[in-house]
Amino acid sequence: MKMKMKKVLALTAAAVMTASLAVCTASAEGVAKEDVKVGVIYIGDENEGYTAAHMAGIDEMQAALGLEDSQVIEKTLIGEDEGCADAAFDLADQGCQIVFANSFGHESYLMEAAAEYPDVQFCHATGFQAASSGLENMHNYFTSVYESRYVSGVVAGMKLNEMVENGTITEDQLKMGYVGAYPYAEVISGYTAFYLGAKSVCPNVTMEVKYTNSWASFDLEKECAEALIADGCVLISQHADTTGAPTACEAAGVPVVGYNISMIETAPTQALTSASINWGPYYTYAVQSIIDGTAIDTDWCKGYADGADKITELNEAAVAEGTAEKVAEVEAGIMDGSIKVFDTSTFTVGGETVDTYEKNGIEYVSDGYFHESEFGSAPAFDLAIDGITSVIE
Amino acid sequence: MNKEPFLRMSKRESISIGKSVLIYATALLLALVACAGVIFLLVRMNPIDIYKAIFDGALGSKRRIWITIRDLLILLCIAVGLAPAFKMRFWNIGAEGQILVGGLVSSALMINLNTKVPNVVLILLMLAGSAAGGMVWGLIPTAFKAKWKTNETLFTLMLNYVAMQVVTFCIVFWENPKGSNTVGIINQQTRAGWLPEAFGNDYFWNIVIVAVLTVVMFIYLKYSKHGYEVAVVGESERTARYAGINVRKVLMRTMAISGAICGVAGFIIVSGSGHTISTSTAGGRGFTAIIVAWLSRFNTFVMALVAFGIVFMEKGAIQIASQYGLNENASDVLLGIILFFIIGAEFFINYKVERNHK
Repeated sequence: MKMKMKKVLALTAAAVMTASLAVCTASAEGVAKEDVKVGVIYIGDENEGYTAAHMAGIDEMQAALGLEDSQVIEKTLIGEDEGCADAAFDLADQGCQIVFANSFGHESYLMEAAAEYPDVQFCHATGFQAASSGLENMHNYFTSVYESRYVSGVVAGMKLNEMVENGTITEDQLKMGYVGAYPYAEVISGYTAFYLGAKSVCPNVTMEVKYTNSWASFDLEKECAEALIADGCVLISQHADTTGAPTACEAAGVPVVGYNISMIETAPTQALTSASINWGPYYTYAVQSIIDGTAIDTDWCKGYADGADKITELNEAAVAEGTAEKVAEVEAGIMDGSIKVFDTSTFTVGGETVDTYEKNGIEYVSDGYFHESEFGSAPAFDLAIDGITSVIE
Repeated sequence: MNKEPFLRMSKRESISIGKSVLIYATALLLALVACAGVIFLLVRMNPIDIYKAIFDGALGSKRRIWITIRDLLILLCIAVGLAPAFKMRFWNIGAEGQILVGGLVSSALMINLNTKVPNVVLILLMLAGSAAGGMVWGLIPTAFKAKWKTNETLFTLMLNYVAMQVVTFCIVFWENPKGSNTVGIINQQTRAGWLPEAFGNDYFWNIVIVAVLTVVMFIYLKYSKHGYEVAVVGESERTARYAGINVRKVLMRTMAISGAICGVAGFIIVSGSGHTISTSTAGGRGFTAIIVAWLSRFNTFVMALVAFGIVFMEKGAIQIASQYGLNENASDVLLGIILFFIIGAEFFINYKVERNHK
């Protein structure tokens, strides 16, 4: 009863918000395409996988909408401090109608700029405060990256099965390792999805997670992968931005699933594929909204079905036989909704099935699955499920 | 055959102000030409546009002017803090750590007290606390040097890393949200502990604090007995001892002042500018400030000019990078070129180079 009440409230709130958005939309006018100016704030540069993926998305948007180079102002290597506020203000001063920022810690600085420039739209990737900020020109976006994690997990699971069949490892050696950045919901959601993907084809697998406490550190990621391999992990994946883990795996001869970019160049014999995000659809959508004068979603999160998530090319030299077919089947299942990544019948917490999980007053579990990224664009799944050991030092 | 080299170098006894200004001006000019050359090779743009972009980046709009001033003040504050230490030939490479500890104390007070005390009280506590924090961080290596003659260069440098680890440790408790490793803007709603706006200006108090420190330090070094002792110890410890100066006391006192001012710089960064704390809060400025202090021969007013020059070029280089689609690292390359020429000018100020006459 109580839950129902909450749902009704949430729905009413949503309806009111949509209605108020519709009102501002009606009064807003579009911007001629040649007058559009886009500002982008990046935490890294083209040498760092995560930012490189965003840059590729911006390029895709620019090509899709036919914008000139001079209409897109990009600022690279902007830290999570007042430098970010400086950059955001500066881009607004230069006449950008829309400003993107791609790092988690940029959010509060972007909100300062959003408060001062109500006519400029500020869009922040991976953040969570847009809805609660009360600023109509502040937006969050992310993709359902857990879907690509799940698919990459399937690729890993297929490989594990092959290794058991070939006698490379025995059934009781089925342990994967995961190089995580921080014990944070975005990472937990990602590795759980990866694990569940692997488990869907290789039911007895377990996983050990270690953290580097850094989003991007080649040395730490390499050392972390080496430690996991020494701990008996027979396959490695990562949620950290560099090629550190694949480098360690290539040297040790351990299969690896990467993140953001294809790792085949780094680990030609061991890289299977990488879970990846395609930011292009969002950037195209957001800038198109400026041109059309329509409102941008406060929380935008699309996945496989909209081309926002993918896995990078399969490395034929490393993946198990039949992987491509299986991947196609799972992808189709995710797109038509028949496969739910966080299906509660596929995992347990402390030996029990999860049938309710409330966070910030929102019930996430219903209809037999955890509704990841449906109530906010940033990942929310942070349960410690059975089969995964997370080592926090 | 005793062949004489073509050029001969000799140490200058003294140099006129006019001549040194001329040397610096030439160096700056050469630096600008070299920068334009590099950028031209990279992007093939008209060099005049490049200079315009540099100017634009630093002073092109009201907001950019204020950002330049804000960063200039922070750099100047650190340089003022370093001046007495370096004048004493105490190689304080630890400004980064002293800034971080100062910033850390400020952040801790902001987070824990928030609106529990009036804002004025909170800010004064932060100011005092950050100065005390920086002072302690500066006194640790000094005490070891005074007592056991440890090497202060290594000691102060290593304390920077200790300070970073302490900050990392505190972030674990303060991070928002949990696990994200970022503190975010502290007290964004209440603005408690933020240096308040005055006369319509966000940085009014930053200016006041740094201006006072600059003037007082100038007088202290030049006209006070303490300043004289610092100079003597810097020239020769033995002479100082012979003249009856208590070298240990001068060491401790001077580093207490130096560390405290660097701690205050941390306070200005946290309270008057960034409103957050992270391991990159000092951001290398503790090292850049050494160049500022050294080039200015510890004259704090000259420091303001040098700091302006460096920040101006830094902002200009950032603008060039974003305007021409270069990586932001390109601005580091440009700054490197500029410092190369300016520090190179030092040589010509200290030495004269002459042709050998037969």
